[in-house]
Amino acid sequence: MAVADQNARLISRPPLLKRIWGSLSVLFASKIAVVGLVLVLFWVLVAIFAPLLTPYTPTEQDYKAQNSPPSAAHILGTDDLGRDLWSRLIYGARVVLVMLPINENFWLPIGTAIWGVLLSLIAGSTLGLIGGYLGGWRDETVMRLLDAMMAFPVILLYMIIIAAVGASATNVVLAIAIVGTPGIARLVRSLTLDIRTRDYVRAAEVRGENPFYIMFFEILPNARGPIIIDAMLRVGYAIFAMGTLGFLGLGLPPPSPDWGSMVAAGRRYILAGSPWAALWPSLAIASLVVGLNLLADGLREESTRYQ
Amino acid sequence: MPTKPIQRDHAPILKIENLAISYETRYGDVEAVRQVSFEIGRATTFGLVGESGCGKSTVAFGIVDFLGSNGKITNGSIKFQGRELVGASQKELNLIRGDQIAMVYQDPMQALNPSLTLGDQLNEVLTIHRGISEAEAWKKSVAMLERVYMPDAANVMNRYPHQISGGQQQRVVIAMALLTNPALLIMDEPTTALDVTVEAVVLDLIEDLKRDFDTAIVYITHDLGVVARVCNEVGVMYAGEMVESGSVGSIFENPKHPYTQGLMRCVPKLGATKEDSRLYPIRGRVPAPKDRPKGACIFAPRCDYAKDRCYIELPLVKQIAPSHNVRCFFADEINPSDWKPSEGLVPELSAATDPSGFGAGEEQQKSILQIIDLRTYYAQESKSALSLIGLGKKRYVKAVDGISLEVPGGKTLGIVGESGCGKSTLAKTIVGLESPTEGKAEFLGFDISVPVSRRDQKLIRELQMVFQNPDSTMNPSFTVGHQIGRPLQRFKTVPSNQVRAEVMRLLNAVRLDGSYFDRLPRQLSGGEKQRVGIARAFASRPEMVLCDEPVSALDVSVQAAVLNLLLEIQHEYNTTMVFIAHDLSVVRFFSDFVAVMYLGHIVEFGPAEAIYAPPYHPYTEALLSAVPIPDPRAEQKHIRLEGTVPSALNPPSGCPFHTRCPRRTLLEDGGRICETETPPWRYNTDELGYSHRIFCHIPLEVSRKMDPVVTIV
Repeated sequence: MAVADQNARLISRPPLLKRIWGSLSVLFASKIAVVGLVLVLFWVLVAIFAPLLTPYTPTEQDYKAQNSPPSAAHILGTDDLGRDLWSRLIYGARVVLVMLPINENFWLPIGTAIWGVLLSLIAGSTLGLIGGYLGGWRDETVMRLLDAMMAFPVILLYMIIIAAVGASATNVVLAIAIVGTPGIARLVRSLTLDIRTRDYVRAAEVRGENPFYIMFFEILPNARGPIIIDAMLRVGYAIFAMGTLGFLGLGLPPPSPDWGSMVAAGRRYILAGSPWAALWPSLAIASLVVGLNLLADGLREESTRYQ
Repeated sequence: MPTKPIQRDHAPILKIENLAISYETRYGDVEAVRQVSFEIGRATTFGLVGESGCGKSTVAFGIVDFLGSNGKITNGSIKFQGRELVGASQKELNLIRGDQIAMVYQDPMQALNPSLTLGDQLNEVLTIHRGISEAEAWKKSVAMLERVYMPDAANVMNRYPHQISGGQQQRVVIAMALLTNPALLIMDEPTTALDVTVEAVVLDLIEDLKRDFDTAIVYITHDLGVVARVCNEVGVMYAGEMVESGSVGSIFENPKHPYTQGLMRCVPKLGATKEDSRLYPIRGRVPAPKDRPKGACIFAPRCDYAKDRCYIELPLVKQIAPSHNVRCFFADEINPSDWKPSEGLVPELSAATDPSGFGAGEEQQKSILQIIDLRTYYAQESKSALSLIGLGKKRYVKAVDGISLEVPGGKTLGIVGESGCGKSTLAKTIVGLESPTEGKAEFLGFDISVPVSRRDQKLIRELQMVFQNPDSTMNPSFTVGHQIGRPLQRFKTVPSNQVRAEVMRLLNAVRLDGSYFDRLPRQLSGGEKQRVGIARAFASRPEMVLCDEPVSALDVSVQAAVLNLLLEIQHEYNTTMVFIAHDLSVVRFFSDFVAVMYLGHIVEFGPAEAIYAPPYHPYTEALLSAVPIPDPRAEQKHIRLEGTVPSALNPPSGCPFHTRCPRRTLLEDGGRICETETPPWRYNTDELGYSHRIFCHIPLEVSRKMDPVVTIV
């Protein structure tokens, strides 16, 4: 083959936009995934643009309208303290999806639930890779410890952690990370056990690569598909867990707009004829979790269909 | 054996006319098979050959309408004993399938249900299709198992599939297929998953059964050697069309279609060497079904004889001799002996290769790899409770059990043996993926009995490896350029600003152009991936490269190209190679020295030509007589091994081969000595001073007198 004209024939990799479109087209092939995406995008968008979508702040009280039903002034109604439910709902979504308050003046982008899952991904992947690739006593040690953690009911684990370190957004992140780690570690370990038998891993070993290069560069990128899908499901569970903790009074400290604590506060007025304060946050949690589940399921189906 | 009245009518059992089959895919309907016609009479084996993706299996599945939910027959007719099968209802087909038409698949482990006993599975065929009682079915099943030479048939009925060996499993599947005495048997690569000695026994069995049962067989295979051994008639498939069909003799002696001729030139003949012959790959590759030319000769883009007419008109099948049909305009004009390879098709190995092969100077003869009494054992915990706390008795799988060999610089050592003989473990031990339990191994004077993690960088870069499976040899997440560049960076073969240029040079060396730099592995074909794997192994300019079955997963035309490439690169860099394979013709072609392995031992070692001629080790002799030769004129001695390879956990005492050795009788009192004493090395030193040694009790004077295994009539 002629060497001279090789540069003329150099076909570069397709441009970035095209590649992104390529992976998105898989998503659009599944109706389930599209429904999920719409639900999730809805909450992400209202969370990002929350200040533009409501005239009220989440803590502003309207003493003249307590427990009011939806009206022109308050489209979803108000709670027992006269706070606007729509505003509390979308500011609540912010904490879940787009920002993590560290203290009063400082917050990190990306929401609490997502931070929790990211941290558990980092910890879980590392432990799973160590267990699966290095094997032997390291595997035994890591996996038995994680098994011990998994022996606790999840909700109990959450309560123990929050009760021990106190209720704050950072601690909720920590709790989500700790509770999520064993599951992710198990998944990554099983993927690693499969991938480590491939010839390219053998080739890296023959090159004398160090184990960490092999684990993080040869194995982990090829496990990303199932990990991404699992992580999506886990964000759903994390939101669910945040709701539960809030409901039990272990979530974000009041008066932060927390969906779980909103349900807890609102449920006392259901029988009094004012179900709105409990209904909207419940629906919010349900729709977001269902949306994430549908998205993950749809992706999984599509990505395995043509294999 | 039940004899039934044989009606020797001339009506064919199966007559296929103008068959076309399509699959629905994301890209719309794709025509996998088109215009295929052939017919099969009684007691005939019709071989369907071709490379992967040519539609052989699709035709077979089409016959019984097993095309899956997205496949359909779009045209043509399939007449089975005069009955039209296209358009028949599922109910009608169910009555025929498994009763009058039976199938045998490639992997017996998947054809048998692992949770039912073999007896249950055999009985089911009879109780469903014949409606006879369980007890009677049992009797007939046992008789059929005996018919397929199953040892201890009555006992096998009560076993589960995993309790018998692969060859025995395939025999059970064949027995199951024959229970209802079908008129047509479809065999889809029935021996591809088996070792060569087991394959030989199964092929013998098929031959016997065809004779006794008067069955018509459609035999699908990619192996021309197998076709030459079992088939009466052959149909050569290419890209969904049957390009040539005829009797085995006429196809092999006088192939008319350029594709058939190309296939024949791709395979090394047993006994051919790299010094005296060349392999000629077919350029290009089989087009994907959606890219096939319409209204033109499908082979034209790869054909050396193609003329303008071939690109604009579809050639029709024409008969050029009685029962020899070709789909080519110019079949009459093509003379295979006039064929000249087109430029760049074969490596130009200039005069540096010494034609005499082994008369090289002192420098060449110096061994760069020396292994002395190497043992690699895998510990296996016993199942006792004590082993839970690490106190149980450990048993050892003796994968490599006392191997000594030496490889001179710049030469190729071929290692052959059947699966489980320890050849891969030996390779892993040499590159350092496993640590030897005992023994010495030296490479360029360095001790290599330590794992790769404790070896020096300089040593690591001198020992690289090419892997078997093209689909897993490349990391799917990184581009070709990145993966070839990685060893360059790691071993600092070139300064870091020249890595890209060096990768380009390596890509060119493996006959891939620069556009491959940014491609991902999923955009490459199997042969291309294997080339990249070779480029990666040679990137650090190693002194020695181990090739672990580098071509066994490739189609023959691709295999030829990859073998040529390896030869060429070896020649350019003067690299020493260890070439592991189970295909004796390929090993003979590629290697200067050959080691034959059995059960962790080397049983014969020597220059390649010495291995393939007497005196033989009895195991080598059996291997050679089992290998299918793509030449119907070749005659082989009929030596078949009994039983199965013993477990490496508990290898036989004395000679490891004594449990199956067909030559023990040559020794006095039936070779009692083989059971008790380790055989001596018999040195058959030739005049050139290269030692040929055989691990056997039989004295050389006796084994020298044996006839050669293969003779061409």
